[in-house]
Amino acid sequence: MALLQTRALNKRFGGLHVTNNVDLSLEAGEVHCLIGPNGAGKSTLFRLVLGEHSPSSGQILFAGEDITALKSFQRIRRGMSVKFQVPGIFKALSVRQNLETAMQHHYPAASLHEEIDRLLEFLKLSGESRQLAGNLSHGQKQWLEIGMAISLKPKLLLLDEPTAGMSPEETHMTGEMVRRLNADGMTVLAVEHDMAFVRQVADKVTVLHLGQVFAQGSIDQIVADERVAAIYLGQAHG
Amino acid sequence: MNALSRFFARLEGPQTIGRGPVFWVGFLIVLAGACSYPMFSDGYTVGNTVYFFTWVFMALGLSLIWGYGGSLSFGQTAFFGIAGYSYGVLTLNFGAAYGFTLVAVVIALVIAALAALLLGYFLFFGRISGVFLGIVTLSVTLVLERFMAQTAGPEWAIGKARLNGFNGMSNMPPLTIPWPGGDIILYPDVQLYYVVLGLLVLVYLGLRILVNSSFGNVLVAIRENPERAEMLGYDIRKYQLGAFVIGAVLAGLSGVLYTSWGQYITPSSMGMTAAALPIVWVAVGGRSDLTATLIGTLVVLSGFQALTIHGAQYALVVMGFLLVLTVLLAPRGIILAAAGLLGRFGKSKQGGA
Repeated sequence: MALLQTRALNKRFGGLHVTNNVDLSLEAGEVHCLIGPNGAGKSTLFRLVLGEHSPSSGQILFAGEDITALKSFQRIRRGMSVKFQVPGIFKALSVRQNLETAMQHHYPAASLHEEIDRLLEFLKLSGESRQLAGNLSHGQKQWLEIGMAISLKPKLLLLDEPTAGMSPEETHMTGEMVRRLNADGMTVLAVEHDMAFVRQVADKVTVLHLGQVFAQGSIDQIVADERVAAIYLGQAHG
Repeated sequence: MNALSRFFARLEGPQTIGRGPVFWVGFLIVLAGACSYPMFSDGYTVGNTVYFFTWVFMALGLSLIWGYGGSLSFGQTAFFGIAGYSYGVLTLNFGAAYGFTLVAVVIALVIAALAALLLGYFLFFGRISGVFLGIVTLSVTLVLERFMAQTAGPEWAIGKARLNGFNGMSNMPPLTIPWPGGDIILYPDVQLYYVVLGLLVLVYLGLRILVNSSFGNVLVAIRENPERAEMLGYDIRKYQLGAFVIGAVLAGLSGVLYTSWGQYITPSSMGMTAAALPIVWVAVGGRSDLTATLIGTLVVLSGFQALTIHGAQYALVVMGFLLVLTVLLAPRGIILAAAGLLGRFGKSKQGGA
């Protein structure tokens, strides 16, 4: 059964048809990447799934339940989690407190700090636990937010350009993290520009163009598709 | 047992400055000083000191709403007034016998809480934030002041209690504790001092536990990044509303104590000046910390009082100047900046385990 499904999803801002009749289906256990040129409607689709925008028409189903009318926090509680493009962290709080705020209701109080230590290790942030989150490097901020997102033990992890602003090494490490999470059973939907990252993690790729699903398939199929190359990959690869 | 010790462990935490034996010994020394102060002074002066204490509850409430929660509210004085007037109306009608003044305090606080719940519901569930929250809360406060100021006529009475328009209500009974062998009437004197001091210590410690709890974590997270907090699964509207109501009840407590202390309350206690001053106290001390707010409020109030004796209007100008200076030179607050300079305190705040 599909974990996430959008049915004939539309979003208009005034006369602008940003999301046009999108049917997207995510199987449980897959890593699905959403690509497309700027203005393709990736971010809007993302925000529709998260409940930050409400659709003009259409439906969103999560684990079989119609969540179209639910608020963001209710969707999160049903097993979604998100990492934003610009690192959404609590800058004036310590790294540990960032994670504590995320995890405090998901773990028993007695073992909370052990769990935080385990996660810090996974994120390679053990040495920074008392540091203010605002003082971390850009890549570390991204990881901290990924840590907050996965600490909720979500069924579906939404990543909005998780490698934006990262060095190639950091991008590769992030890819490794995503694969390990996926191996543990997490389904992932990622908006991503970095094709190396997409190749590293994606089971399936959807290309959005002008608000519509333009093409879908494995990364090899997408790269081989001349129509896609014409609108997107051609540009990206110069 | 374990849960209880965890509860009291919340007295210290990343959201409050001051931890470890040094801080708490200092706290006890200050408290001992405050307790023995009446022995070295006369009843009249001690009674006047109570006046300063009464405002601190409102300031601590604002620290919770604004400093911790990130919502700048000018509404504290509205709840101050609502509770103060409620106390007046209740006690003028039903008197002080059988400990009714204490019941009146509770009812007045409940009324303030309900008013805050209603206003806060529309604010936070309507997703009003930032400068608009300030504008709406200020408007509500000023409307309430205008309304009370026009209640001079005899038709404006609730039971036996005349509202008296601009002149305000007076001659309500002070707090009275029923006691075998004669009620204890808490005039502004040593006994009232100890009652208010006790309340202050309770509220201060209670708030320390609150802001270092999981509720406090979420509140601070909302201040830092509301979108992220919501995307961790928190219904941030409820947390904001919760902080707003708790803050309003504390403002109400200030209002009740002030009304019973001076046995009067006027609409100007909800006016523009009254609404702005708590912002100054809290900002100058350091809004994002309870201890800084507590100390800052007492220092600024005493300074204000000293200046007022020399010329009422120019004291207000100094307050405005002080606020501008703080914003420019020590945006986190002067007391908090000083604590940061003391190093040890600063580290314990930021190092948060």
